[in-house]
Amino acid sequence: MEQIIIGNYKDIEEKRARIVQVNGVEISVFKLSSGEIRAIENRCPHKGGKLSEGIVSGHHVFCPLHDWKIDMNDGVVQAPDEGCIATYQVTVAENGDLQLDPNPVLSDTSCEAS
Amino acid sequence: MKKKLVMVGNGMAGVASIEHLLKLAPQKYDITIFGSEPHPNYNRIMLSSVLAGDTEMKDIVLNDWNWYKENNITLHAGHTVNQIDTKNKTVSTDTGMTESYDELILATGSLPFMLPLPGADKEGVIAFRDIHDCETMIETAKQYRKAVVIGGGLLGLEAARGLLNLNMDVSVVHIYKHLMERQLDQTAAIMLQRELESQGMKFLLEKNSDSITGKQRVTGLKFDDGTWAEADLIVMAVGIRPNIGLAKEAGMEVNRGIVVNDFLETSFPNVYAIGECAEHRGIAYGLVAPLYEQGAVLAKRLAGTETDGYHGSVTSTKLKVSGVNVFSAGQFADDVNSRSIRVQDDFNGIYKKVVIKNGRVIGSVLFGDTSDSSSIFSMIRNGDDVTGKEKEILLADDASGKGKSDVELVAAMSDDEIVCGCNGVSKSDIVAAINDKGCTSVGEIKACTKASGGCGSCKNLVEGLLTHTLGEDGVTTVKEGICECTSLGRDEVVAAIRDMKLTTSKEVMHVLEWENKEGCSKCRPALNYYLGMVWPEEHEDERESRFVNERNHANIQKDGRYSVVPRMYGGVTTPEDLMKIAEVAVKYKAELVKVTGGQRLDLFGIEKEDLPKVWAELGMESGYAYGKALRTVKTCVGSTWCRFGTQDSIQMGVDLEKKFQRMNTPAKVKMAVSGCPRNCAEATIKDYGVVAIDGGWEIYVGGNGGTDVRAADTLVRVKTSEEVIEWSGAYMQYYRENANYNERTSKWIERVGIDAIKEALAEPEERKALFDRLDKALSLLEDPWKEVVEHEELRKSFEKLAVNEQLAN
Ligand code: SRM
Ligand SMILES: Cc1cc2nc3c(=O)[nH]c(=O)nc-3n(C[C@H](O)[C@H](O)[C@H](O)COP(=O)(O)OP(=O)(O)OC[C@H]3O[C@@H](n4cnc5c(N)ncnc54)[C@H](O)[C@@H]3O)c2cc1C
Ligand code: SF4
Ligand code: FES
Repeated sequence: MEQIIIGNYKDIEEKRARIVQVNGVEISVFKLSSGEIRAIENRCPHKGGKLSEGIVSGHHVFCPLHDWKIDMNDGVVQAPDEGCIATYQVTVAENGDLQLDPNPVLSDTSCEAS
Repeated sequence: MKKKLVMVGNGMAGVASIEHLLKLAPQKYDITIFGSEPHPNYNRIMLSSVLAGDTEMKDIVLNDWNWYKENNITLHAGHTVNQIDTKNKTVSTDTGMTESYDELILATGSLPFMLPLPGADKEGVIAFRDIHDCETMIETAKQYRKAVVIGGGLLGLEAARGLLNLNMDVSVVHIYKHLMERQLDQTAAIMLQRELESQGMKFLLEKNSDSITGKQRVTGLKFDDGTWAEADLIVMAVGIRPNIGLAKEAGMEVNRGIVVNDFLETSFPNVYAIGECAEHRGIAYGLVAPLYEQGAVLAKRLAGTETDGYHGSVTSTKLKVSGVNVFSAGQFADDVNSRSIRVQDDFNGIYKKVVIKNGRVIGSVLFGDTSDSSSIFSMIRNGDDVTGKEKEILLADDASGKGKSDVELVAAMSDDEIVCGCNGVSKSDIVAAINDKGCTSVGEIKACTKASGGCGSCKNLVEGLLTHTLGEDGVTTVKEGICECTSLGRDEVVAAIRDMKLTTSKEVMHVLEWENKEGCSKCRPALNYYLGMVWPEEHEDERESRFVNERNHANIQKDGRYSVVPRMYGGVTTPEDLMKIAEVAVKYKAELVKVTGGQRLDLFGIEKEDLPKVWAELGMESGYAYGKALRTVKTCVGSTWCRFGTQDSIQMGVDLEKKFQRMNTPAKVKMAVSGCPRNCAEATIKDYGVVAIDGGWEIYVGGNGGTDVRAADTLVRVKTSEEVIEWSGAYMQYYRENANYNERTSKWIERVGIDAIKEALAEPEERKALFDRLDKALSLLEDPWKEVVEHEELRKSFEKLAVNEQLAN
């Protein structure tokens, strides 16, 4: 598995996100209230809103532009809206390094990474 | 082995029936669908709102590509069936495909009727039926201005309204003297015409089209009286014809539509027809409600479930044009044997007519106020005897005469009956959502079933169904809370925060048993505000609960960049400040520098990462142009310069702004100070407005210049500027403590009444106590830009994470 280091666990505040640019794709890296890290493409499938700026609730984030709700576990937009975005695997190393696999995980075949 | 079910037509009627079938007998058939349009099934009704710009094309898809996959349905989109061989039981397409079937459904819909005028084949002459037509209109409007719609019926008027929204100059040509003659009587038609004219639509009535002029592209429309109208686009909306060509060629019995019996069976075995292409008991319907009813019957038939068949539908129509409420059902024209009740009020634009024959309501037209439509429609459908109670239908004000309540109405509905026409959701679908999925609010039902998510006119019925299903006791629990996470309202939440001394959102959500543990985008910012308002010292602002603008202290733009507005107290600046703003604008490549409507400068197109640097270099205070907080205090020149000025309005404005800057409020607050009653600072449409008079100041509250313009109410007249500040602080704190989050002062005052506010502020001690509480809160605040500039850990969240190119393993 390919992995790159994108900063440290303590760089991100709880229920907040930081942005990272990898191979021309903007990825938003979140820290959930549980302490877990989630990484998703930073482009809302609706009109490209920056999800990094959204309000985080559990493993969901609300897009700041028009309030779509997106599940960060699989990138799927919640009903009644529809759509999905790519998610990325991040592992936290013992020293806190965040290791990101730059290959998107697509839970849904109709969903394409940009 | 599974049987093969083939359907021709991938539209609303057919797919609705398949959906139903999948619920009844998911494993019975191998299903193949052919559709001419290169799209999955979409909501044709909503094309009108797409055209009007209220909805987007992709939001009207009813069954996306995935749905077909998940249900193992083979969809051939973009393939038109051009032959049916009923002997060998096969269909074939224009693209050379052949498919055999055991059962065949024809759901080919209608074709728009195109007037056979000379020139009708020119570029720019279209119908209004599908996505393609809709796209053509949107594209045309970008280049051309003049549109002519032929046909003053439902479809024509919806097309015309959409084209108006696309900034075209629109004329509607109608052959008759009155619009929508199939649904409205003269009176209603005239009222409708008046209303649409006031929206900018033009009418050419009693005009018979003769020919279309132009070379390659249309240039106009000629009428048989010799007159001519200029046109860059002609939309024909003169009617539809059931699409029966295929069935007819195959030798099926056809009339206007494909003739079917009560079980939707055609004259050939194993071949069914539903939707607009079918003719049942002499009627080919052109609306969706009957199609859903037919679909349900056919699904049962194919699943082998018992059904007593389809017995026809009573239909009603509504015009989907914003600002216009029109309802029509049944036989609305009078004849010798009928009598009618009418209410007409030309000044308020209201007209209601109910036609009664042999004691039963047989038709109705409502214009302006359509709130009675569902009860009247149900009387028509059920054939209730209203003898002796005729007048009560429209006229009675007492509860007994108000017709049936929504709860009674839904109780009387059959299970298959469609409640939401836009999305084809039946009574039983909604009841199932309540019983099986635990939906307890209109919002949840919308999320589960899409009911009430289209035009919204069925919301009352959905509420009625909730009450009916959950019972009177259920209703209390159905009460809408501040968001979907709780059933508690604002007052209960704030009382709990006070009484139990809750100081963090987490505590509130835990103690008050929020359904969604971490809240949502609605309640989180609201709780953060209430907590800060009640416990200014104890509560620590929760940045993660702030809306993006308030968290990043700038307005996010649609492309993710930001705008920056520094304070410019009272709209007054200095050459030094202007130079500083100019330097920063150049250095950080602000794409646009604009004077705002609030008398200050706005720098647009700033990257998030640059925000802290921009603020540091400006060295000015945040203008809070993004916040639920004090925005601007607009001022006029006043007595220091103006020949009419009676007081120093500039100084007054600057003082107010310095005093109340950074104040968090339920919704944004705008102030203004004018130097005399000419009111150049527009103080009477501000949340707090001050107008100088000779020897004093007049104070106005609750004004708004936004979505719903509201002229402010007079609060009080005072003598000195100290009093202006004192009243302002007391009033602001009273608003902070009592309004709902996100409620502007204008809405709040409408809700509680100006008298209640005057009363609360009447006593000087009360005012002082309020003022002191506000002062306390203000004393704890710091300029947010400065805070970020000075604290590294706050700055970090504006920066991107750095990628370490070296691989981890
Ligand atoms: C910049 C400015 C327009 C301009 O170029 O002049 C502006 C820009 C925005 N206004 Fe405004 N409003 C601006 C003056 C106004 C005014 C006029 C005024 O303040 O004198 C009004 C009507 C007066 C009033 O509010 O009573 C006004 C009524 C609104 C409304 C409707 C509010 C309402 O209660 O109906 C909204 C929507 C909302 O707040 O939900 C809104 C929302 C917005 C937002 C913040 C939309 C958003 O949420 O992103 C706009 C941000 C654009 C951006 O990309 O930065 N803006 N907006 C003005 C900033 C003034 C300032 O210096 O702070
Ligand atoms: C702009 C607009 C607004 C409307 N507003 C309302 C409203 O407010 N309320 C209301 O009740 N109704 C409204 N209607 C009418 C409603 O949309 C129709 O009654 C409904 O769509 C009919 O459904 P259907 O399945 O019979 O036909 P359609 O939805 O037209 O589906 C038929 C499909 O079959 C395809 N097809 C046809 N022949 C073949 C073939 N040989 N091979 C393959 N595919 C084929 C067609 O391309 C089409 O996609 C509106 C219609 C329009 C155009
Ligand atoms: S009126 Fe206000 S909200 Fe609307 S576009 Fe202009 S700035 Fe934006
Ligand atoms: S861009 Fe995300 S909801 Fe609109």
